[in-house]
Amino acid sequence: MPDLGPHAGFILAAYGVTLVAIVGLALAIVADDRKQQRLLADLERKGIRRRSAGAAKPARPARKKRS
Amino acid sequence: MPSLANPTRFLTLVAAVVPWLTALTAILFATGLYLAFFVAPPDYQQGETVRIMFIHVPAAWLAMFGYMLIAVASLGTLIWRHPLADVAAKTAVPIGATFAFITLVTGSLWGKPMWGTYWVWDARLTSMLVLFLLYLGLAALWQAIEEPGRAGRAAAILALVGVINIPIIKFSVDWWNTLHQPASVVRLGGPTIDPSMLIPLAVMAIAFTVLFVVLHLIAMRAEILRRRVHAMQKTQVEHAALAGA
Repeated sequence: MPDLGPHAGFILAAYGVTLVAIVGLALAIVADDRKQQRLLADLERKGIRRRSAGAAKPARPARKKRS
Repeated sequence: MPSLANPTRFLTLVAAVVPWLTALTAILFATGLYLAFFVAPPDYQQGETVRIMFIHVPAAWLAMFGYMLIAVASLGTLIWRHPLADVAAKTAVPIGATFAFITLVTGSLWGKPMWGTYWVWDARLTSMLVLFLLYLGLAALWQAIEEPGRAGRAAAILALVGVINIPIIKFSVDWWNTLHQPASVVRLGGPTIDPSMLIPLAVMAIAFTVLFVVLHLIAMRAEILRRRVHAMQKTQVEHAALAGA
């Protein structure tokens, strides 16, 4: 690391804030991605499918006849 | 490209490219930081503080790039109704906002030792602050409207109105007398920066750009999965209601 001179505090603070902001953003995005993958896997394990996936759905109960 | 309109194909592509792009980001940042701290010389006027440029300038470019991406995606939402357009627009908001925040903070930390002040209400600084506020406005709009289709259309209109701010940021240093220095890289007649600083700046700019792309791809995947989860939970509730009827 070179000698950053009398304004080293400003330079290091700029890089520090950037590091914290980017790492925080990246962690938040990755955590959200993992959470959605986990939720999706849980639903698929329960046999729930999207309509567009075209999978079998639980049978609908017979409709009551109107009197 | 049309095949990427299919979210499932898009997810397959994301899974394939994200590990490679993550590795490339790490390599580019390691190289860029080495060049920025150990190869680039101090500036003859600004001394060592010029090293802030290697994060401040790429962050500013990406803050504007992010907004232009949102504007193009907004056109995709309003005109072509591309299935991934509002996903791309929504997920670029926090990333662009973070880069705008970094631009403002690093600029302020660079301004104090060079100008004697953290902040002045000049055209460049104020227009960049407006960009950050636009990002916050878009984020608030996405949060306020629950249905993604409606939220996407409302956010798209706001994004397209706000795009006028991008040329104002870019040309503010030419149109008005500002404390901020004029353009020295992207300008007619070529860059005025010496290659010893221009090359580290270019490497850092590419590193920041690849980082933006990686984060955006992962955030898009999360948003697509969130919508699938939401749809499946809705289906589950409907089936439970039918079974109980």
